[in-house]
Amino acid sequence: MVSSNSELAYNTKIEGDVVVTRADAVINWIRSNSVWPMPMGLACCAIELMATASSRFDIARFGAEVFRFSPRQADCMIVAGTVTYKMAPHLRRIYDQMAEPKWVIAMGACASSGGMYRSYATLQGVDRIVPVDVYISGCPPRPEALLDALIKLQAKMGTDRSAKRLMTA
Amino acid sequence: MSAPADSLLALKQAHPLVTDRPSLDHPALDVPADQVVTVLQSLRDQAGFDFLVDLTAIDQGEGASPRFTVVYHLFSTTHLSYVRVATACPGGDDATAPSVTGLWPGANWHEREAFDMFGIRFTGHPDLRRILMWEGYPHHPLRKEFPLAGIETTLPDLEVVAETGTKVIAAPMAGGPFVASPGEINLTDAEPRAKDESWNERNEKPE
Ligand code: SF4
Repeated sequence: MVSSNSELAYNTKIEGDVVVTRADAVINWIRSNSVWPMPMGLACCAIELMATASSRFDIARFGAEVFRFSPRQADCMIVAGTVTYKMAPHLRRIYDQMAEPKWVIAMGACASSGGMYRSYATLQGVDRIVPVDVYISGCPPRPEALLDALIKLQAKMGTDRSAKRLMTA
Repeated sequence: MSAPADSLLALKQAHPLVTDRPSLDHPALDVPADQVVTVLQSLRDQAGFDFLVDLTAIDQGEGASPRFTVVYHLFSTTHLSYVRVATACPGGDDATAPSVTGLWPGANWHEREAFDMFGIRFTGHPDLRRILMWEGYPHHPLRKEFPLAGIETTLPDLEVVAETGTKVIAAPMAGGPFVASPGEINLTDAEPRAKDESWNERNEKPE
């Protein structure tokens, strides 16, 4: 758990049954501990993504086990694999269909920079078509690296001015 | 089933324009383009080469004549041997070749790939569209004059282009292409790397 409970300032002895907190802290705490990933598994990295999701590495420990293949139900796109130019527009469309707030993890060398595919067919980094929050190095990255990226993303979610954004949206 | 050598000999007698093609492994034949379908058919029906393993093409480079050669690899599931058939395509840059989808339905996608990568038009193909690159891509990437890094062009989806301002760019080669070194050298040296590391995106390539 990234945003620690002390942020929520809950102490029954002093406060009684009342919890005092900031709206941002609550919203970010909820969001960051129930990330629903959109698995954009495009190449070999997707195998590591699957390993991360299954029992040995168990992404459920970080609250992100609900993989959804429908962009409407997902809030974090994990781009795991080589993005070809032919695939790129579809990836962007799926991203556009995800509801706000949404995040993107670029998993592996290919998604981050085109990787070893310096060729006519490969998009040279998925950040050319979608905004990326966390990049993961490696070819492929180990599942631990993906978990680390998820923790980093949770930390980043923790700094979001969510309440203000909700009010002004 | 007769032995492959006999059946190939009989085939060459029946088609005098069919010649032997230099080959290091399997028997190989050069066949004129207008006879290739009948030759492949008799290889399939009389000589027992019933399986089309692969269909690919060779580009001899701009200005060569003939420029493109289509190569068929056949396998016999009865006498377990291979034969290779090559046919030079008429018509330099806009080469054509007869489609063999009538003989092997599996040739369909192979021919689409050869069309996509080399621009060879297969006459009689039921659905000759690109298969790897997208519809409307202006180049044929396996042609000799096409650079590995690619040529700047537009993405397939214009709405996404308008949204993101991204286009297909020539990939930064950074001293590449990145190739493994063959042979018995230690693994660190053999690792795929840029052959020329004296230049990259930031330092110009010295002339
Ligand atoms: S980074 Fe490596 S493992 Fe991941 S998709 Fe690219 S080539 Fe495959």
